[in-house]
Amino acid sequence: MTYVEDSPVAVEAALSTKAQKRQPLYAGRVQVYPKKVSGTFRRIKWIALVVLLGIYYAAPWLRWDRGPGVPGQAFLIDMANRRAYFLWLEIWPQEIYFLMGLLILAAFGLFLATSLFGRVWCGYACPQTVWTDLFMWVERLVEGDRNARMRLDQGPLTWAKAWRKGAKHGIWLLIAALTGGAWIMYFVDAPTLVRDALAGDLTAKVLFFFGLFTATTYLLAGWAREQVCTYMCPWPRFQSAMFDEDTLIVTYQRWRGEPRGKHKRGQAWEGRGHCVDCNQCVAVCPTGIDIRDGSQLECIGCGLCVDACAGVMDKVGLPRGLITFDTEANQRARAAGRPLRYRLLRPRTVIYAALLLVAAGAMAAGLATRSAVDVTVQHERNPLFVKLSDGSIRNDYTVKVSNKRHEVRGFALGLPALPGARLWAEGAAGEPTGFIAIQAQPGTVTAFRIHVVLPATAVPGPGSHPVAFVLTDLATGEIATHDSVFVSPDR
Amino acid sequence: MPTKAEKDAVTGQQIRGHAWDGIHELDTPLPKWWLYVLYATILWSAVYVVLYPSIPGLDGYVRGTLGYSSRTELADRVAEAQAAQAGFRERIAAADMAAIAADPELAGFAAAGGRAAFANNCATCHGQGGAGRPGGYPVLADDDWIWGGTPDAILHTVRVGIRSDHPDTRISDMPRFGADALLTAQQIDEVTQAVLALSNRADDPAQAARGAAVFAENCAVCHGETGQGNPELGAPDLADAIWLYGGDADAIRASIALPHAGMMPAWEGRLDPVTLKMVAHYVHGLGGGQ
Repeated sequence: MTYVEDSPVAVEAALSTKAQKRQPLYAGRVQVYPKKVSGTFRRIKWIALVVLLGIYYAAPWLRWDRGPGVPGQAFLIDMANRRAYFLWLEIWPQEIYFLMGLLILAAFGLFLATSLFGRVWCGYACPQTVWTDLFMWVERLVEGDRNARMRLDQGPLTWAKAWRKGAKHGIWLLIAALTGGAWIMYFVDAPTLVRDALAGDLTAKVLFFFGLFTATTYLLAGWAREQVCTYMCPWPRFQSAMFDEDTLIVTYQRWRGEPRGKHKRGQAWEGRGHCVDCNQCVAVCPTGIDIRDGSQLECIGCGLCVDACAGVMDKVGLPRGLITFDTEANQRARAAGRPLRYRLLRPRTVIYAALLLVAAGAMAAGLATRSAVDVTVQHERNPLFVKLSDGSIRNDYTVKVSNKRHEVRGFALGLPALPGARLWAEGAAGEPTGFIAIQAQPGTVTAFRIHVVLPATAVPGPGSHPVAFVLTDLATGEIATHDSVFVSPDR
Repeated sequence: MPTKAEKDAVTGQQIRGHAWDGIHELDTPLPKWWLYVLYATILWSAVYVVLYPSIPGLDGYVRGTLGYSSRTELADRVAEAQAAQAGFRERIAAADMAAIAADPELAGFAAAGGRAAFANNCATCHGQGGAGRPGGYPVLADDDWIWGGTPDAILHTVRVGIRSDHPDTRISDMPRFGADALLTAQQIDEVTQAVLALSNRADDPAQAARGAAVFAENCAVCHGETGQGNPELGAPDLADAIWLYGGDADAIRASIALPHAGMMPAWEGRLDPVTLKMVAHYVHGLGGGQ
């Protein structure tokens, strides 16, 4: 391979046409056997794994007391009753835009992190990476490190091989089952689910999703592994839009490492690069690539090759950093001997950060200004109005009150903007009055059929007139309004 | 003699024999996964054809060993719904109108069932939501009732109809003052003004004063001294703002001269007793019930 200055990707010499003809278009899967490595980034990856998995498995078990009759789980999406609970928040389906806001926050956060530090999501936080890492750790535990695994796979089927494979898949299925179960626990109360499972009393729906998530976890983390990152996930495909030349990515310092070659103890380092071609960076890579080829789609930015190379550099007595997190701009600067610049604040990152703050602020404002009551008014369409025997005009409405508190609340409903209007609720006793008292049931929407009557003299002219219904909480004075119309006959 | 299949240099696939203007076509085999899915679907259909209704004939069809039919499924669902409603319907059958209104569960069920039955049977004449139609179809949503607006009165009206073929049907016998020459034309004019005067709309007070005497002699016996009406006789209130056939002078004069004789079918026998009660409950709840 030739080294071309200022080009991060090595340029291969053109193959002869005969050689080209022999190249198949289909590349079969090459099994990857990542080797065990220790170092800074491996430690960070372990910490991330423990924290994230801990949160995932433990969160459904957190309790939050919301009163009787309401689920007591801190994180719960109650599909049957159409409510989502996050600690003290209770989200109704009418507020699904908070979910949208959450996704927007996640997206901008991801863009910002990626444009600053490269594919840290892919390398440390993505569920695929975390579970694959866990499954690979189990595999290493049961079958041994890289060389042992390769020997095992290439060898014949012996008793040792069979029980190792069986144990590995058994542990994988167990982890997958726990993962699937934990997923369900976000939608069903966790202790109830475990109790029902032990009693053998699970619904078909729960069993189906449990089976589905167990299967997908097992297949994706145990079997598909890096194929997900390389072929299935869209993130690497638009990483070129997320990166620029000031993004920290895993880089091989070509100017320092080339020309590479084997090195014997005591040999001089002049006239050759620091790369001793030990291939440890390839051996430890979870996606099985050679980072020395440059920035590529399969590199998930986990930095394990950094740790591997650092270890080797220590052994041969050279400074670390032959493979390291660096920016492409600085790569060129190093090669040319120019001063280095780490530009964390650039238009891209500032804009992402600003959008993130705006989205977060909008979410926070929306959450802070949520009201505990909502009212909608539907005007009766048939008939639009009714003329009563004393000449007055009556309009009928369906008023729906969403009471988001878990207690019965009394409200006063009226139309202050329509003087002379008197209301009564269908089925209520007593004379029509200017303001009527209605009781809204807890935690749900209560519908009332309301009649509004205006004496003939108070009718504000023929046709349709906009009016506003005002709902006032009798206890707290909280007000909710909804616009509607009052229709009187065209003369 | 089998010819050796030619293979394409780039992809390694076989080439079909024919060439179109020198352009060959690759004979790439179907992907294995696709092929096996196709075989699976063929197997599935073979099993399906045996188990479920499949092959149509001239006069029927092969029923399938499972005996499934979408009609029986529908019948099962309907039976399920009716069984679910059975409790409510029995209770409504046993209760009177006041008891239905007093029980919130029954009232809700009756209102919903009544709305459905009303839309199917009554709305053609009385309009959706009881809005009424011009030409003598009363507004059921207002508070003016010719035959009484209590739940029992409404139920009775729905049962027996008005001028229907039911033996107990309600009939209002307003004499044909003009057509049978019971009053002169001038008297009819005067009494028209008197009727208008009942709601303070008389054009000619002098005529209205003369017509008051005619009214007292001929009309008050059914419509009441002050024209307040008599639901037992089906005599409308003449002093309010609601007129079935029009409230201007011409319309009133026409009504006196040749009274309209509106008809309503009797629903007893056409609808079951429970539905009748539900419809009556619904109509009463439109807003103007007494």
